[in-house]
Amino acid sequence: MNPLISSFLAINPPYWVDTLAKIGIGLVAVLLPTGALVYLFLFKMMSFMQSRLGPMETGPYGQLQLLAEFGKFLQKEDIFPSKADRFVFAAAPFVVLVSTFMLVLVLPGGPDTHFVDLNTGIYFAMAVSSVSVIGILMAGWGSNSKYSLLGGIRAAGQLIAYELPLVLSVVGVVIMAGTLNMKGIVAAQADFGVWFIIPQIIGFFIFMVAVQAELTQPPFDMPVAESELVTGYLTEYSGMRFLLFFIGEFATAAVFSAIGATLFLGGWTVPFVDANAEIMDYIGPLVLAAKMVFIAFLIFWFRITYPRFREDQLQRLAWKFLIPLSLFNIVVTAIFKVVF
Amino acid sequence: MSTTAADDTVVEEAEVTDAVREAIAKAFADELGDAFLDQHITPGRDLWIRVDATAWVQAATFARDKLGMTWLDYISAIDWLPNPYGREMDAEQDWVVHGGGPNDKDAEEMTSGVAGGDTRFQALLRLYSIEEQIGVHIKADLDDSAPAIDTLIPVFAGATWHEREMWEMFGINIIGHPDLRVLYLPTGFEGNPLRKDYPLVSRRVKPWPGIVDVEAMPGADDDADGEATDGEANE
Amino acid sequence: MTTDINAEFDITNNEQLRYIAAQAADARVNVELETEGMTLNIGPQHPATHGTLRIVARLDGEQVISAEPIMGYMHRGYEKLTEVRTYPQVTTLINRIDWVGSFANEVPFILAAEELMEVEAPPRAQYIRTALFEMGRIANIMLFLGDMAVQLGGVTAIFYAFRDREFVLNQIESATGGRFHPNFNRIGGVKDDLPAGWIKETKSSMQKVRDFCDEMEDLVVGNEIFQARCRGVGIIPADVAMAYGLSGANLRGSGVDWDLRRDADSPLAWKDLDWKVWTHPDGDSFSRYWVRLQETREATYMVEQLLDGLPAGPVMAKVPRIIKVPAGESYVQTENPLGAMGYYVVSKGELTPFRVKIRTASFSNMSISPWLLEGVLVPDIATILASLYFILGDIDR
Repeated sequence: MNPLISSFLAINPPYWVDTLAKIGIGLVAVLLPTGALVYLFLFKMMSFMQSRLGPMETGPYGQLQLLAEFGKFLQKEDIFPSKADRFVFAAAPFVVLVSTFMLVLVLPGGPDTHFVDLNTGIYFAMAVSSVSVIGILMAGWGSNSKYSLLGGIRAAGQLIAYELPLVLSVVGVVIMAGTLNMKGIVAAQADFGVWFIIPQIIGFFIFMVAVQAELTQPPFDMPVAESELVTGYLTEYSGMRFLLFFIGEFATAAVFSAIGATLFLGGWTVPFVDANAEIMDYIGPLVLAAKMVFIAFLIFWFRITYPRFREDQLQRLAWKFLIPLSLFNIVVTAIFKVVF
Repeated sequence: MSTTAADDTVVEEAEVTDAVREAIAKAFADELGDAFLDQHITPGRDLWIRVDATAWVQAATFARDKLGMTWLDYISAIDWLPNPYGREMDAEQDWVVHGGGPNDKDAEEMTSGVAGGDTRFQALLRLYSIEEQIGVHIKADLDDSAPAIDTLIPVFAGATWHEREMWEMFGINIIGHPDLRVLYLPTGFEGNPLRKDYPLVSRRVKPWPGIVDVEAMPGADDDADGEATDGEANE
Repeated sequence: MTTDINAEFDITNNEQLRYIAAQAADARVNVELETEGMTLNIGPQHPATHGTLRIVARLDGEQVISAEPIMGYMHRGYEKLTEVRTYPQVTTLINRIDWVGSFANEVPFILAAEELMEVEAPPRAQYIRTALFEMGRIANIMLFLGDMAVQLGGVTAIFYAFRDREFVLNQIESATGGRFHPNFNRIGGVKDDLPAGWIKETKSSMQKVRDFCDEMEDLVVGNEIFQARCRGVGIIPADVAMAYGLSGANLRGSGVDWDLRRDADSPLAWKDLDWKVWTHPDGDSFSRYWVRLQETREATYMVEQLLDGLPAGPVMAKVPRIIKVPAGESYVQTENPLGAMGYYVVSKGELTPFRVKIRTASFSNMSISPWLLEGVLVPDIATILASLYFILGDIDR
């Protein structure tokens, strides 16, 4: 039972009401930050860094641009490439989206605010996030286009390569916290006194690089390399389906930033405030959102600045640099944990 | 660049730079023997030599190996036929300017340019030496009925595209070219556009507007006609 | 597989049947998947190519077996058109060959015509021509500096390039009336004198260009990913470059010290300036980018020197109103922003030229691309083509 609902409404809702509420809140919890990220970073920060203003017409300072984009995508023609595999082509965006929405389940928003209290929290998150690779491959294959196929294959290679550093960088945090449970990790940071980003700075660096690659953002955006493959595996998608991919990309960015904030920046805890206070049930999600925005800022800042890697350089970075570094990080963390 | 009227200095300068280019021309003459047909030197500026078409590759190889002219500038051609369409499609206003008329055709006689020439088509090649900073234009007369020239690809790898353009624009057959396809024109294009007897369709369809849309400048009192032609000549 | 494929085919032999069926299935899959030699068409509509260029690449996985550019989508037939235009009218045409550094296109043609007419433009006109020529070069190469970063994925650089380029284009516009197609050269000089205050404004814009160059040096040249993508990619040895007729920064990036501004005998004012030719020994894409960056900076210093030493006097020599160029042939080649551009003008003493052969830099620069693109990876196609830097109008005329 979600204590939030029961404390608000002073009733014990049946399981199905509870589930529906969780689904609704989950959707909001993903889509609201996504929208905020798109506006803040894609429209405004990217524009300012590129010495231009971005959308300004729709609403004050272009705040309603998202609504306009949504409407624009809705009224576009639904194009199916001829000889495309219809089921695979249509299902691909949903596969990516579902994996993203399921990630948000394990995020703790406060001492008692959570969707599901999984003891294998972070492990579940890593596993589920890998499912999006299948979605991308489906998109590349189902489009029946050489551009898309090349993009899909590049994406598959890249995403699989960067899964490992992602997971291994998290292992250091897990060792320090002593538990896979996300709530436990946050509690461990509160106990430890300082957020895990300080002792796990190497892990944080690897995590950020791996997240950048998992999101296929520059400098790791070979799969959508605009200047060569038009948009890679996304080439044949138009209208609503493209919007679903677009939402998926930014939702994944939002959720991964939130996971990073939970693992490295202390989640919903605020320094000098008791981690078990009830007030944190309400403020926690807001604190988490703020930290998520900070990490997303880093992701988009790198995205705007760097040119892209070639795949062989990308793969070399993953296999020959990041994985050994993360293994080294694990060993050092383990030694410190045992000795101190 | 000297444009002064002082004869002595002009002649002197001409003689000074002539020496270098004269020497190059003499080297070509010695190498090619009978195939060396003519030469022309614009003092201080450039050197033209005309060779027999059979010595085309030999001349280029000699220039590359012995004269240090390793830089390929371009390979092209000139069609010396006077334009059979003349200027009768020009606008009436232009007849005043160039003295043409409704039935005016260009001069019937075909003249070739510097370094002479006997045929309608001439191949033109320019090579340049970066160390010596001197270049040479090599011309060769081509057969009128079936113009053809040897390929220079064995000598300069970059000749491929230049020769393809020569072939499609002038209809000159490049003997030995491995890949003679159209470069600019769509596949299946008929005709050779840069030949003089290939009409410029826009001029055949309607007369050239000429100076019809130039009006007198505001405040141009007299000489409205002069102003108009002034605008034409200076625009 | 124990089946002996040379044994006589027996329809009741299940093993044989299975073997044949497996082979047929394999063959079908290979044909459907085209696992050997996929042909990729890049363009003509494509965000990467500078205009309508089509590149047909045969790939084996990610490696290019052969790549060939197909041009002509923008062929406007200039060499034919010049035969029916008077000499002043031709400059309106040839402006549009290299439309980014467009003042520079007019200059060699005007010089060739002046040479045949034996007319010399007054010194002030030559200085103005040189200043605008160099500003055209700056505008052109600034586009390249931003654009090559975009080709590689760093989307921010091009905005800075376009923003700072506006300063230069504004100056060109205020002097000539046209940002992109100035049409300012006349046989015998330039059309008008400079407006009041132009010299001061131009010098401040040159400072802005220098700031931009420093920014690019930080943002792009110093970027490790950019270097990783460009160093060692698309190496052109100097002798191959000469055989193909490469010119400009492509040749100087391969270590050949040749610049027509310094080496050719030209009436324009380069002889009076104190400047330096930049070369780089490596011959890869990075060196071409680096050389162009240094050249831009050098060009700003040149413009400032020109404006400081601008002689007084008329801007137009005495030429007849109706221009008839005496019979003859002449060839003038100048160091345009894209490379060495030359005009071979054949005149028969009439109002219009008899034949104009336009030797453009990008045509020769691109002719090396089939040789250069063999065996590279697909992402390197973008890098190499971006570093060769062509403008479609220059290739296609």
